[in-house]
Amino acid sequence: MIGIASYGVYVPLYRIKVEEIAKQWGENPANIKSGLLVEEKSVPDLDEDTATMAVEAARAAIRRANLDPKAIGAVYVGSESHPYAVKPTATIVAAAMGAPHLITAADFEFACKAGTAAIQTCMGLVALNKIKYGLAVGADVSQSSPGDALEYSAGAGGAAFVIGQDKIVAEIEEYASFTSDTPDFWRRDLQKYPVHGGRFTGEPAYFRHTIAATEALMERAGLQPTDFDFAVFHQPNGKFPLKAAKTLGFTTAQLEPGLMVTHFGNTYSASSLIGLAATLDMASSSQRILVTSFGSGAGSDAFAFRVTDLIDEVREKAPKVEEFLLSKRYLDYAAYAKHQRKIRM
Amino acid sequence: MASTAKFWREQESRYNLEGTRCSNCGSFFFPPRSLCPKCRRKGTIVPYKFKGTGEVVTYTTVYQAPRNNNRQTPYTLAIIELDEGTRMLSEVICEPAQISTGMRVRAVFRKLGEEGEKGIIYYGTKFVPA
Ligand SMILES: [Zn+2]
Repeated sequence: MIGIASYGVYVPLYRIKVEEIAKQWGENPANIKSGLLVEEKSVPDLDEDTATMAVEAARAAIRRANLDPKAIGAVYVGSESHPYAVKPTATIVAAAMGAPHLITAADFEFACKAGTAAIQTCMGLVALNKIKYGLAVGADVSQSSPGDALEYSAGAGGAAFVIGQDKIVAEIEEYASFTSDTPDFWRRDLQKYPVHGGRFTGEPAYFRHTIAATEALMERAGLQPTDFDFAVFHQPNGKFPLKAAKTLGFTTAQLEPGLMVTHFGNTYSASSLIGLAATLDMASSSQRILVTSFGSGAGSDAFAFRVTDLIDEVREKAPKVEEFLLSKRYLDYAAYAKHQRKIRM
Repeated sequence: MASTAKFWREQESRYNLEGTRCSNCGSFFFPPRSLCPKCRRKGTIVPYKFKGTGEVVTYTTVYQAPRNNNRQTPYTLAIIELDEGTRMLSEVICEPAQISTGMRVRAVFRKLGEEGEKGIIYYGTKFVPA
């Protein structure tokens, strides 16, 4: 059976509160917080980027299951904030985790769902017995123009999953994807900040793709919302996953353990994967987890995971998501702007 | 900052604290050495990956960076004694008031610098309070 052999996450230490950003722009923080269901968001340190966070998450995944990095046969890094336009982040991650040179590696891009696309690619190579383990990473340092609504939610983080057939902590029972050409959010080459297509972001983008992929998955696997113990949807804000869950027939209780956007913000490619990691941190053997990612442009990947009894052997061997929730340091807007390099120096 | 070629040659040891060890006398070396100064020809040098944990021996906080060094100040440089016994110079990422001699630290992966906006980005090991 194919599934997750290990997982690791990384979220930077720094946070900025919605109040602090709202003060800068003369907006009412209460309205923003109730509109987005976001309290604060994660901010990378000055010497952190997508590559460093991907490496930290990958190393945690290797450590958690005490894996030999030489057993990794593929490294794929999904992000929309790769540090180089040309020079794959995957090469840096592979070198820094001690993977051998005889591996295949590439960077993936599909807005916030590039990490789940990387998981699917690893599944294929594992199923063909071409590799023992594949590493799929989703990591982002999200960019937003100063004063844009996205500034309240664009966070930073990374999550890494080792996919294989040996010593699986969660089996991938089934997956389904839904893709369409939708102009909800984009960034042209050489542009610093992305643009969102206003009314395109909700119904025709996030909800249409998330719901269609999840319904296709449930039909393919013959499962109902009640067959799942937990559900994780992509979290651009707190409201969208709650609404998608309700529409599909999932409860808030199923969502709760993986709902991380309130304190981390939208970690883009890492968003649904950090939600999955947080859920694995507390799930028990034989429990079932739904994960549906969403990437603008647009597409969704939905997965049904079934936790195995090996979860208890690896869970405590790398930092849990909760540890990143608890260790934090707040920035004021001036320090935050420096961290985001919004003030060109 | 070192040239791209020099950095690339030292990259694996920088990324993963890969050094060497003399299996004759048990000494550890970082950066890696290919000859044990104690055992000379009797020594046998083998690769060794350091665990990345250690403590601060001494430190200094830099408030005014050298010119054409566009890093943020203040930052703290420290001599770290790795648990295996060898010492190295590294940045410790913390508030200036947070560091003290004997403080436990662990290795993390960070950007060390970059050659302007168009050049290569250098990655490697720094330390954070453990
Ligand atoms: Zn010796």
